[in-house]
Amino acid sequence: MFKSRNRMLSVTAAALTTGLILSSCGGATTKDAAPTAAPKSCVDTSGDTVKLGFLNSLTGGMAISEKTVSKTLHMAADEINASGGILGKKIVPIQEDGATDWPTFAEKEEKLLTKDCVAATFGGWTSSSRKAVKPVVEKYNGLFFYPVQYEGLESSKNIYYTGATTNQQIIPAMDFLKAQGVKTLFLAGSDYVFPRTANAIIKLYAAKLGIKIVGEEYVPLDKADWTTQVAKIVKAKPDFVFNTINGSSNVGFVKAYYDAGLSPKTTPIISVSIAEEEAPAMGHDVSGNYASWNYFESIKSPANAKFIADWKKYPGNSGVTSDPMEAAYDSLYLYKELVEKAGSFDVDKINAAAKKYKITFNAPEGLITLDGENHHISKVANIGQIQPDNQFKIVWSSGTPIAPDPYLKGYDWFPAATRDALVKAAG
Amino acid sequence: MDSLIAPFLNGTADGALLLIAALGLALTFGQMGVINMAHGEFLLAGALTAYVTQQVIASTDLSILLALPIAFVVAGALGVVLEATVIRWMYERPLDTLLATVGVAMILRQFVLDAFPSQGVGVVTPDWLDHQIDVFGYAWPLRQLFTILLAGACLSALAALLKFTSFGRQIRATVQNRALAETLGVSTRMVDRITFFVGSGLAGVAGVAISLIAATDSTLGTKYIVAAFLVVVAGGLGQLKGTIIAAWVVGVSTAFFTDWTTGSIAQVIVFVLVVIFLQVRPQGLFTVRTRGLA
Repeated sequence: MFKSRNRMLSVTAAALTTGLILSSCGGATTKDAAPTAAPKSCVDTSGDTVKLGFLNSLTGGMAISEKTVSKTLHMAADEINASGGILGKKIVPIQEDGATDWPTFAEKEEKLLTKDCVAATFGGWTSSSRKAVKPVVEKYNGLFFYPVQYEGLESSKNIYYTGATTNQQIIPAMDFLKAQGVKTLFLAGSDYVFPRTANAIIKLYAAKLGIKIVGEEYVPLDKADWTTQVAKIVKAKPDFVFNTINGSSNVGFVKAYYDAGLSPKTTPIISVSIAEEEAPAMGHDVSGNYASWNYFESIKSPANAKFIADWKKYPGNSGVTSDPMEAAYDSLYLYKELVEKAGSFDVDKINAAAKKYKITFNAPEGLITLDGENHHISKVANIGQIQPDNQFKIVWSSGTPIAPDPYLKGYDWFPAATRDALVKAAG
Repeated sequence: MDSLIAPFLNGTADGALLLIAALGLALTFGQMGVINMAHGEFLLAGALTAYVTQQVIASTDLSILLALPIAFVVAGALGVVLEATVIRWMYERPLDTLLATVGVAMILRQFVLDAFPSQGVGVVTPDWLDHQIDVFGYAWPLRQLFTILLAGACLSALAALLKFTSFGRQIRATVQNRALAETLGVSTRMVDRITFFVGSGLAGVAGVAISLIAATDSTLGTKYIVAAFLVVVAGGLGQLKGTIIAAWVVGVSTAFFTDWTTGSIAQVIVFVLVVIFLQVRPQGLFTVRTRGLA
């Protein structure tokens, strides 16, 4: 009796395992919206309130990062309401859960725009979630404010990007490495669109700067162990490691790095995803390594002091502030500024105001200015060195804000053919 | 020769970790026929135990060793609760168990997201593990050797339990012929429950080892559950030696393919090889031969 049961089970299990593997590889695809005229907007702002949609993953793997962004958006909405609202109308936030699932992001965006009739939406974190929302927000001619640094090579009249694009984070990081006298560099990244695109850009710029790339490694997001790859770093003996690993996969990398006897004294890491919130969760003192961001909690300014103090008082806060949070906070204030300059909540009028007026905000990171053409923001790039208290000491800065150039058109070392290939690959 | 040492040693350690994670499954799935998709979350429970122990006991040198038995008990207790409340109603219905335990796994993950710091928690590697051993010129992380020794200890303890104790004989009797074991006075109900305790407890121990390597956050379990099932199925149900060999082969081959190509390609190659192997030999490497009819 058991023999047949075992056999049946093992066949079931084999099928199950195969299914799990396949489903874990399958990516979400959202059908592109047909370029027809947008359906008529159902947004009603005739009362004394305005509905805004917040779309963040509150469940699933990305909830780790996106819950904090959601709370920051609510904090900004509360602040704006306390000081009179937008055009005198109080914000009524409608929170939706993207559930770390890209088709869900598309569905919820559609619900927010067509059922809840919100005037604008804010949120997303992964590039996949943004790419799922993009066709929806374009179809209904809505607005989506995206708060995270990303791989660039994108612009949409319906999306505002308040995090850094590559020429405000990755290229400055390379300038910093050059200034440090770095000769050899090892690239370590998670295996998806952001690290692949970032590394393609890094390799081109490194060739221009005369920095030699001595190795390039990727690990799938769902694999934790980096020991074998780190053994390759030990062998290659680079001056620096450029880390484009995402989120919690950094922990496996950092642990393997220290276990292999590497340290910031011999082989420092520069990261574009480890911020104040991630540094204490690494399971090892990571002080001495670097990160490239626009905002750091350690920035000294009255706006930042107020931001930090407000956040520490806000119910359910995470204690520290970080770059994506700050970019989300800025996004709501930029929206307020846009609406008030346009004198309307109408999307086309807002986009026209973005082109016509100089939209600025005295943000915690410093004065930021919106580029009305590409919907990105001018930002100062900073390199911070991690201190033993997991705060960052700013050791390098671009000084003045860098104008956003998502397609890197102002960089002669970036060939048009590569740009076209990368845009095509990113979908 | 030099380039072969690192992948061989690291692959063996990866395989050892996979083995501890899979040993519990080899018991609950291999011996009892229960597909427990919440096994991954028991790994997570073990890793979180390591974190909580470190918060309570300041000395990281000591706390990681103490965490091992505590994690065994914590995860084992979770397993018993799951068995008593969900799984016992679904013996002989493996697919229903699969669905129900997937649900339990989701609930446990969300609980962890809500109850622990949202960015995940850091389990600190103790100083005595923060060294390297020189193996023919390759500075091998000591933590890898620790994983292999831990796997050896778990395996020896489990093998001794199954082979030399009266309880072990009862487990084997129940697996080979449940009805006959009952007629001989074995309480198969009790055997099921204790087997589940031991199997889930081993997941807790594996979780402590994983917390030294990877991020301790709600997704920890999902990263290992597929590979652990893969190893148990490829090794064949009902016997530990198949699981041991399969874990080692998967660990070492993944490391070599990673060294020669990239981490992503290596994973694809190994999965494809295992799927092909299971097409040819669906029963896995070894199977139990019994005199049970039908």
